[in-house]
Amino acid sequence: MDEAALRERVDTLLAEHPPATTDRLDFLHARFDAGLAWVHFPDGLGGLGLPRGLQPVVEKALYAAGAPDNDPRRIGIGLGMAAPTILAFGTEEQKQRFLRPLWCGEEVWCQLFSEPGAGSDLAGLATRAVLDGDTWIVNGQKVWTSSAHIADRAILVARTDPDQPKHAGLSYFTVDMHDPGVEVRPLRQITGEAEFNEVFLTDVRVPESDRLGAVGEGWKVANATLSHERVAIGGGAFPREFGMVMKVAETWRARPELRTPATHDRLLRGWVDTEVARVTATRLRQKLAAGVPGPEGSAMKLSFARINQEMSALEVDLLGDEGLEYADWSERRPTFVDFFGQDAGFRYLRAKGNSIEGGTSEVLRNVISERVLGLPTEHRVDKDVPWKDLPR
Amino acid sequence: MTGPMTRPADVQLLADDVEQDLRASVRKAVDRHAPTDRLNAIYDGTDEVTGPLWSAFTELGLPGLLVPESLGGAGATAREAAAVLEQLGRAAAPSPFLTSSVVATTVLVALGDTEVLPLLASGEQTAALLVRPTSLAHGPAALTTAGLPADVLLLPDGDSLYAVRGATTQPVSSLDMTRPLATVSLEGAERTLVSSDAAAAVDRALLTGAGLLAAEQVGVARWALETTVAYLKERRQFGRVVGGFQALKHRLADLYAQVEQADAAARYAAATLATDDPDAPVAVHVAASFCAETATHAAEEAIQLHGGIGMTWEHPAHLHLKRAKADELLLGSPEAHRRALADLVDLPAPR
Repeated sequence: MDEAALRERVDTLLAEHPPATTDRLDFLHARFDAGLAWVHFPDGLGGLGLPRGLQPVVEKALYAAGAPDNDPRRIGIGLGMAAPTILAFGTEEQKQRFLRPLWCGEEVWCQLFSEPGAGSDLAGLATRAVLDGDTWIVNGQKVWTSSAHIADRAILVARTDPDQPKHAGLSYFTVDMHDPGVEVRPLRQITGEAEFNEVFLTDVRVPESDRLGAVGEGWKVANATLSHERVAIGGGAFPREFGMVMKVAETWRARPELRTPATHDRLLRGWVDTEVARVTATRLRQKLAAGVPGPEGSAMKLSFARINQEMSALEVDLLGDEGLEYADWSERRPTFVDFFGQDAGFRYLRAKGNSIEGGTSEVLRNVISERVLGLPTEHRVDKDVPWKDLPR
Repeated sequence: MTGPMTRPADVQLLADDVEQDLRASVRKAVDRHAPTDRLNAIYDGTDEVTGPLWSAFTELGLPGLLVPESLGGAGATAREAAAVLEQLGRAAAPSPFLTSSVVATTVLVALGDTEVLPLLASGEQTAALLVRPTSLAHGPAALTTAGLPADVLLLPDGDSLYAVRGATTQPVSSLDMTRPLATVSLEGAERTLVSSDAAAAVDRALLTGAGLLAAEQVGVARWALETTVAYLKERRQFGRVVGGFQALKHRLADLYAQVEQADAAARYAAATLATDDPDAPVAVHVAASFCAETATHAAEEAIQLHGGIGMTWEHPAHLHLKRAKADELLLGSPEAHRRALADLVDLPAPR
């Protein structure tokens, strides 16, 4: 199918289901069933088996026609992490069952990976899943779970065989967040708000049919999920003067009285660093399009974290007296973080997480130095020992 | 601000086959003619590199890379010139390529010269623009600068530009002897007017020089990164390879990230210069400030992470540190480029 045929398909959808007079969910169902949800997905699963690059054709045409969207920010984890993993590792039945309500937003997904005792060392996680007949019984505690309080389903990594070394004893499941054994508590962070949650799992029942991938293959499946997360963080296209530097530049232009020589050079350095990151991301996309794998992905995340932290600190310094104000310390529970809609102090505090979440900058430096530069790996005592025998 | 903010250009940032081939042949010439011991000898007063390397460049047709074909050149673009400079930086090799084949040539091409360019294209003669070595825009003439001796000196006088021949040159002992400074005496020299309206051409040539110097700086930085990584994989202390210590691994990971970004920035600058894109000035000031600091940082890291051997005359790290530090100031310091950028992107300095 070429671009013209795709446009025709969009026109047909719009003609048969006029957005102005069609119920939102009915329209989303019709769009999914027409293969226009994510065109790179297979036929029958919301796609048409087309190149991912054709998706903007659909989005632009539907946007122009005033069609409702699936509120992608609300279901980001489902779209970005659960869906590609289900597509890669799910059975036909699981794909049919999960992908349509996921994409249409009828089921919000969250990710139960990190634990209080397993952050950077995710493979050391301790949540246990024990098979009882045709049902897994899950017990443990998860943390840093965004959207858990609004989620209907979760992707979960749990330990199914403690006698195996850590990476080998894990399995991957999808979980019903409405199970009576699931308890979600807000996790308040340094900004005051509770963007994330702690999730306590007590005798949660997971049908064997909701396991994703083979028993013992959980690490492989989880890595597929995490690689999608890294693509989402490092693989975007950026406009000039994007992100934090845009915010500081706006203030600089609007408030001449705040300008000082030292803040000027800090801002210009941030502008240069941001532009260099934009150009590097552009080159990375050109490499991917040409089929040349670029190792810059991890390096990009390091830079983004540093730039956000430097520029958010500059914003507070630049604002002076106003930089001391902080409007709202209340424990809010946002569906997504309104990073730019709050005080400079909020951005300063929230940006501290950028070098921790999704791989700490320290772990990324290990990854770059070992996998890209070929330097010796860290000394490991935990790789070949049964998980149950590890000191903790 | 002088005009509306320019938009990012949609340009190819990956090297094509022509560029790859060029890079390989330049690398071969540089490796052959500019080994460490001969570069060290330049500091002790014996230059057996510049001449033979320039002859090799002439055989490859590099002096005329930016000269139009009608005047005997290759009619190539800034992208190819950047590939040459990257290799010169990698080896810290001395060459009039930047001062003559890029800066002076760009001035003369912009002014429609047909007398001097054929001589530069053939490699028979070199030229140099007489401005302060740290200039990033046209200004008063300076008698002490880089790229000397040269057969033809381009002398600014107000908005006019003269071609001077027959000047005498006195070398100046310099921080970086692979691109030394010299002082010229114009007494008894013959001068002819090239143009009475040369300011814009000089500005453009210096901008081009700064943008392509960024590619040389990437070459310096890449050498420092690769050499240091290789050394830390071999060097053993405390019964193990020191490259396994996390304190060193993390510094190299950061350096890798910075060098990759510098490479992308330099390519973007060269590509916008090659297509004469309106965004070229922004691209150049960004690349010039970022790549200059990257090269110096990389060379400094190389010295530190090599330990004692990095402080010796015998090890080539010092050649790259001196080249990087001198390059950082050449054609505008990073701070000067950021100030120039401020005017282009509506971030005015405080009053």
